[in-house]
Amino acid sequence: MDEQRSHIISALVLHRPGVLQRVAGLFTRRGFNIDSITVGPSEQDGMARMTIISRGDDKILEQITKQLNKIIEVIKVRDLDAEGTVIRELCLIKTHATSERSRSEIIQYANIFRGRIVDAGPENLTLEITGTPEKIDALIDLLRGFGIKEISRTGPTAISRGSKTI
Amino acid sequence: MKGSQAIIKSLTDEGVDVVFGYPGGVLLPLYDVIYDSDLKHILVRHEQCAAHAADGYARASGKVGVCIGTSGPGATNLVTGIATAYMDSAPIVALAGQVGTSLIGNDAFQEVDTIGITMPISKHSYQAMESSEIPQMIRSSFYIARTGRPGPVVVDLPKDVQEGELDYPENITIDLPGYKPTKKGHPLQVKKAAELILKSKKPVILAGGGVIHSNSSEELQHLSELIGAPVTTSLMGKGCFPEDNLLSLGMLGMHGRKSSNMMVDECDCLIAVGCRFSDRTTGDVNKFAPNAKIIHIDVDPAEIGKNVDVSVPIVGDAKIILSHLLRIMSQTNGPNNHDWTDYVRNFRASCMPRLSFDDMPLKPQQVIKEISEAVTDDTIVTTDVGQNQMWMAHYFTSRNPRKFLSSGGLGTMGFGFPAAMGAKVAMPDEDVVAVCGDGGFLMVCQDLATVKEYDIPVVVCVLDNRYLGMVFQWQKLFYDERISQTKLKAMPDFVKLAEAFGVNAYRVERPGEMKETLKNALNSGEPTLIDVMIDPDEILPMVPPGCGLTEIVGEYKVERENPNEIPYRPSAQETGGD
Repeated sequence: MDEQRSHIISALVLHRPGVLQRVAGLFTRRGFNIDSITVGPSEQDGMARMTIISRGDDKILEQITKQLNKIIEVIKVRDLDAEGTVIRELCLIKTHATSERSRSEIIQYANIFRGRIVDAGPENLTLEITGTPEKIDALIDLLRGFGIKEISRTGPTAISRGSKTI
Repeated sequence: MKGSQAIIKSLTDEGVDVVFGYPGGVLLPLYDVIYDSDLKHILVRHEQCAAHAADGYARASGKVGVCIGTSGPGATNLVTGIATAYMDSAPIVALAGQVGTSLIGNDAFQEVDTIGITMPISKHSYQAMESSEIPQMIRSSFYIARTGRPGPVVVDLPKDVQEGELDYPENITIDLPGYKPTKKGHPLQVKKAAELILKSKKPVILAGGGVIHSNSSEELQHLSELIGAPVTTSLMGKGCFPEDNLLSLGMLGMHGRKSSNMMVDECDCLIAVGCRFSDRTTGDVNKFAPNAKIIHIDVDPAEIGKNVDVSVPIVGDAKIILSHLLRIMSQTNGPNNHDWTDYVRNFRASCMPRLSFDDMPLKPQQVIKEISEAVTDDTIVTTDVGQNQMWMAHYFTSRNPRKFLSSGGLGTMGFGFPAAMGAKVAMPDEDVVAVCGDGGFLMVCQDLATVKEYDIPVVVCVLDNRYLGMVFQWQKLFYDERISQTKLKAMPDFVKLAEAFGVNAYRVERPGEMKETLKNALNSGEPTLIDVMIDPDEILPMVPPGCGLTEIVGEYKVERENPNEIPYRPSAQETGGD
């Protein structure tokens, strides 16, 4: 059995209703793993770009890309290699923050991680952070002690480095 | 014009002259236009039969079949037929009515998410939200259905979209940036395949349904002759290579012929063309063709490497690739495989199944032998699913493509009869015989009304053993003879049933009766049912699930004399077919 690896799959798709369902449905039906999926408009009119994080061995990955290519609305599919790829995720974290001390600590942590406070209430602070999923995990771990009330993550989106495009 | 008129115009422009359908509330605008149109509409008695009939039409003719069902239950009844076509790569376009666009999502009367339901079982699906989209959508649907790896396409048509006005465009260009099927095989890969074949000593060709879809039977036969390679087929490939050829091994797989299973196990080079290595074909993949380098030719790149690892993958149209391969090979002296060819012929002869039995109750082998003798090579036979299907696959000798139609991938009981109906509509000059089991036929018997109403003279042979034979067989072999829910205790008198529909019917119980009865039925030019009482205890040898192809259980009844003789089959001229 080949080694299971995490893959970053970038797909250029027609920006039409139902495309996300087609792609997600394919993963479910064929029993492929799906860690996250993000989608938004691309640089081309009428086209969207999806970033799918999936785990599997080489054989499964080959099937994922081939099956994705069979979907009529899918224009291009590429498995991005982790080293040559910029990968970012956005995360909003709402923490419990009542005391002055905890509020200033949270703000410091936010600064260290190049995050921002985007909302504040008498009993809570909300931080925004972008970065690799690992960086976000690290900040979340740090903030756990203060009492996290809510986390909302987008899942990673990715683009290859340099002039290469798909 | 109106959306509904645009639907009919688009169909007509695609060359469609017949559709199989069933009306409903949201289809009132469409059916109002059908009332005045030249399009022949065949009113089935269940939407599942509309889809199977469209499928049979497509498989027999190579054209795209069309079926229509209304929203909600009409669409869900089409689903089994759509899934069947998807698994066997049959090109059909399924038109489904849908509630008005303003009602979509409100759980309106007879509303169902047809696109959502059919997404995993269709090659593509469209929902028209504007009347102006109709021409482009329907034309694209036909293009997608028939090109590349063929398959079913669904078009969902809300009621108000059928009613809305549009200007029908003068020119329609198909623009699908994400859909560009590869036709030509990569020249380097074809060259590699040729080299591999030249080096091989024991080549075997495995031909699937793709050979039939791409009309490449001739090329396949040339290749077999050129390199002296025996040919085995999947169920879907049956007929693409003449089975009376001494190099024909018969069907491969779980229910396949011993000759195929053993030779694939022995071969050093397997040339697989247009097949997808289904589990029913390969048995345990880890024990499949253990000594062979595999060349896999398929138009669908996703099929290559999906189930079986291959040495030389070639993506493209089988006809183009085989022609290319033949061009290269014919410039060489070809491999010298005489020893292998002789060995295969002898082995094949040693395990030809016995066909003649004078037992009572009737043995299925004998029934199928008599069917073979009553039909010509041009006769289209369809089968249902189960033992009847496997007996036909084993004992019926096919010589031509598109003459043996069967539900392979999905294994849909109830396929045989409506598929025969569709095939007869597509090919009115050919005789069409459906071989069904009693269980499967009962699932679709209401469409006897359709063949009566439209005078579609198919002959349905019901192999009647009062059991769900294949499941019964498995229970006998693998479940300690615990016969759970497979004995059909109360069954109709099929002769009376057919007569209730106004359809001619006969019962056959003795050896010798089948041939005459079938001949007479075919000559009558009327739809006919033949109820054939057969022995329920007759079971086929098979490969148990999870085993390799050589691990066959059950004894073959082997023909000892004239093993290469097949049932006498008159030509079309001899039977006076006009």
